[in-house]
Amino acid sequence: MKTKKNILFGLYDDEQDLLKAVKVSNERGLKIMDVYSPFPIHGLDPLLGLKESRLHIAGFIFGTLGALTGFLFMSWVFKIDWPNVFGGKPLWPIPAFIPVTFELTVLFAGVGMVVTYFIINGLSMKAETEVLHDRISDDKFCIAFDVTGNASDNASTFESFLNETGATYVETKEMSDL
Amino acid sequence: MSSHVSSIREPLVFGNKSYHNITEDLVGPTEKTPGKLWLAMFILAVIVLSFGVFAVTWTIYYGIGVWNLNRTIGWGWDITNFVWWIGIGHAGTLISAILLLFRQRWRTGVNRAAEAMTIFAVMCAAMFPLIHVGRAWDVFFFFPYPNTRGPLWPNFVSPLLWDVFAISTYFTISVLFWYTGLVPDFATIRDRATGLRKKIYSALSFGWKGSAKNWQRFESVSLVLAGLATPLVLSVHTIVSFDFATSVIPGWHTTIFPPYFVAGAVFSGFAMVLTLMLITRKILHLEDYITVNHIESMNKVILVTGSIVGVAYITELAIAWYSGYVYEQFAFLNRAKGIYWWSYFGMMFNNVVIPQFFWSKKIRTNVTWTFFLSILINVGMWFERFVIISTSIARDYLPSSWSYYVPTGIEIMIYIGTFGLFFTLFLGFTRVAPVVAIAEVKSILKDYGDQYLDKTQENI
Repeated sequence: MKTKKNILFGLYDDEQDLLKAVKVSNERGLKIMDVYSPFPIHGLDPLLGLKESRLHIAGFIFGTLGALTGFLFMSWVFKIDWPNVFGGKPLWPIPAFIPVTFELTVLFAGVGMVVTYFIINGLSMKAETEVLHDRISDDKFCIAFDVTGNASDNASTFESFLNETGATYVETKEMSDL
Repeated sequence: MSSHVSSIREPLVFGNKSYHNITEDLVGPTEKTPGKLWLAMFILAVIVLSFGVFAVTWTIYYGIGVWNLNRTIGWGWDITNFVWWIGIGHAGTLISAILLLFRQRWRTGVNRAAEAMTIFAVMCAAMFPLIHVGRAWDVFFFFPYPNTRGPLWPNFVSPLLWDVFAISTYFTISVLFWYTGLVPDFATIRDRATGLRKKIYSALSFGWKGSAKNWQRFESVSLVLAGLATPLVLSVHTIVSFDFATSVIPGWHTTIFPPYFVAGAVFSGFAMVLTLMLITRKILHLEDYITVNHIESMNKVILVTGSIVGVAYITELAIAWYSGYVYEQFAFLNRAKGIYWWSYFGMMFNNVVIPQFFWSKKIRTNVTWTFFLSILINVGMWFERFVIISTSIARDYLPSSWSYYVPTGIEIMIYIGTFGLFFTLFLGFTRVAPVVAIAEVKSILKDYGDQYLDKTQENI
């Protein structure tokens, strides 16, 4: 069980309002905990200072692993474990290994990447999902601040910021899973 | 930003939709009791499926002797159907992956359903080699696992084994791609649901939150999967064509096969997507999301790939003539003028002549015409596989072993049964998951919504 957090969040009706609000928060030096939205908002990542995802590097590593697995395994079978002559072809027919090597590259890269993606996003099957607001996966765009243990004047700064920038709904919620 | 939009850009979402409207419209079908039309179709699909289950059970029990395959014609309807279904299974990944890389926004309206179609089509396809081997309970011998027979490994240089790897990889990657995209949409359903439904969708959505970092990774994983799936989809039908092209049968050992099979697969896949989407948009009332512009785009792809296929047919003939090799020349003349001339005619007419109708804008934007022609193309592509597979081997090197093949009732029932499987799964899917990718449609709304482009359905 994670420690509980107090989250102050505001909902915006449009992604453009949210982008403007994030810019304002950057100018004022307010630290946004996270932004939640029903679809990816383009241009948001640099404003939040998010670095480019390194998932593709994981994909490359898994792919390389798959290529090596396929190629080396077939080589081991054909050269060492059970040498056999098929149709008078060489014992180590490299070109004929290409299709299976390629498929295993794609398989390992794809499966490895998706599993990594689920793990680093903290996604797992559970019967209860705690969300800040039900409409965030529908049509609302949310900016959330962590106000756990903060002085109440800090929370009120955040709250007035949300109201000023056009949030249509503001609430504080205790969350154990964010 | 609508101010930068070109005036020739056509809307992809009609009906002046807001984000909330999109959620309502697309999640709606999963929340309501199904309509009569859906129920009727579902019952029909299950009945057809039951015939298939019977025929497959019969085949497995008595062995493939209940088929009409003979000493000369060893591959008949089974492999024809296998290649046909695999070909249909190509459109989904093409739409999701290649169109994502090419930044074709119209994919958002159809990609989800097309991916589902891919998965179900591959399942139908995979069943055929499974029962064709005769001992369906031993099919795991295909896979290289440490066994007590040596261990004895499969032959890694056989195209038939490459097929096993290609199709299982294709199936796995397609499922992952599809499910990764479904996760945020399941979260949308979850947040509207109550009770047990909420628990189920909470599990299905893997606790998706939609934070900025979640979405960034989502886009990254989608892009890389698209990059992986693009060569994969080309490789799968290339390898299927190797099953024939690496043999020494006249009519089969043709170097043109890989590109020709891939083009044919895309061609038949898009035809099937159209058939299916036109039914789906009617049953679920999705005319605002699967628009005439989507249909027209797909018809253009059909026109291009259909013409590629046509050129390939003619090239094959020209090369047979140019080869100066009598067996090759005979194989092709026999296709057109031999005992199976009707299947050659069906292939030529439906695959080469029919798509040419789509040069006309009137026809390619007409729903009824498109539906009718897409079915003809599906039929034509079935004939193509039959022509390649069965007519090539019906006339052997030795006239004494020439033969003719007609399927038995069991073979026909198995084929029809795959439609039952396909439609049962697809209709079920339309009830548990959004048929159109909700998050993706929302993300293009501001660029392609009719109200932002100032073009409503009426003034087009």
